[in-house]
Amino acid sequence: MDLKTLIPQKLKEKFPAVEFEITDYKDELTFKFDKKFVVEICAFLKSDPELEFKSCTDITAIDWATRKNRFTMVYNIFSMKHNFRLRLKADVDEADCKVDSVSSVWRAANWQERETYDMYGIKFNNHPDLRRMYMPEEFEYYPLRKDFPLMGIPGSLPLPKK
Amino acid sequence: MGLEAYLKDTGFITTQVNAIIAWARKSSVWPMPMGISCCAIEMMAVGDPKYDIARFGSEVMRFTPRQCDLMIVAGTVTYKMAPVVRKIYDQMPDPKWVIAMGACTSTGGMYRSYSVVQGIDQFLPVDIYLAGCPPRPDNLLHALMKIQEKIGKTKASQFHNVPLKEEGVKLPELNVIQKN
Repeated sequence: MDLKTLIPQKLKEKFPAVEFEITDYKDELTFKFDKKFVVEICAFLKSDPELEFKSCTDITAIDWATRKNRFTMVYNIFSMKHNFRLRLKADVDEADCKVDSVSSVWRAANWQERETYDMYGIKFNNHPDLRRMYMPEEFEYYPLRKDFPLMGIPGSLPLPKK
Repeated sequence: MGLEAYLKDTGFITTQVNAIIAWARKSSVWPMPMGISCCAIEMMAVGDPKYDIARFGSEVMRFTPRQCDLMIVAGTVTYKMAPVVRKIYDQMPDPKWVIAMGACTSTGGMYRSYSVVQGIDQFLPVDIYLAGCPPRPDNLLHALMKIQEKIGKTKASQFHNVPLKEEGVKLPELNVIQKN
């Protein structure tokens, strides 16, 4: 069976309670669902013997700035078995800026979630080591948010004295 | 050709201490290769036989700051890297000089961004700003020659480095032995 019909069918069978928003744009399959199911669905996609999405290519987020759900988490995963890429999305609101960590599913997610935390300020529950990735530990802002100015906030990053 | 030409008859030369120290200093500038990004590739090219920095007595690239007197900052300095660059600069013995190699180091260059220091002169005393992205190796040699010119004009007895001008730091007094 074609993977594009197999994956939605399997997911709906396995998670009847979850509402999936499925888009197939430019031959790229995307699933959008509620953020509380992220870990379960990821674990299923990885462990299912017919799918085997064993590689977590990338985790990042989108800042929509003015929308009701300000952020969207984006997971790009890859199945070596079928040479097939899949995208998962989950909305995150600024008021509850937390998602469950998938680093228990893919170890590669560890640093990618740290990067997302560093750049967008989304916190990951049950993450083993949620520290900043690029910016100094004491930095208070999140640079990839839309309200962060391009040249940064003056004085927020200390320089050594001349 | 060199010094031998003057020595051939008497075996004596007369000169000033200032002149001989300046000559010795400028002919053996030991660089600290602070290679942070792509400019470092051009800096390595300066060391190869085609451009050959050894012609200027600067082939001794020391990877420890304690034996250097010229810091070539080659590459984009981020805010996170700035304390490291400054720490290495502070470990270099006086007298010392700094070349800001390339656009990024001099002004931030094309990285007009929150993470990149817009010019290392915000935290280091820079002697030469070297244009280019990256500068060609012969450009770096030109900067080195300018540094040599600067060192050659500096009197050893008068020399003091920029940070020593700050308040609270006392210059060491020079003991001059009077001629009887």
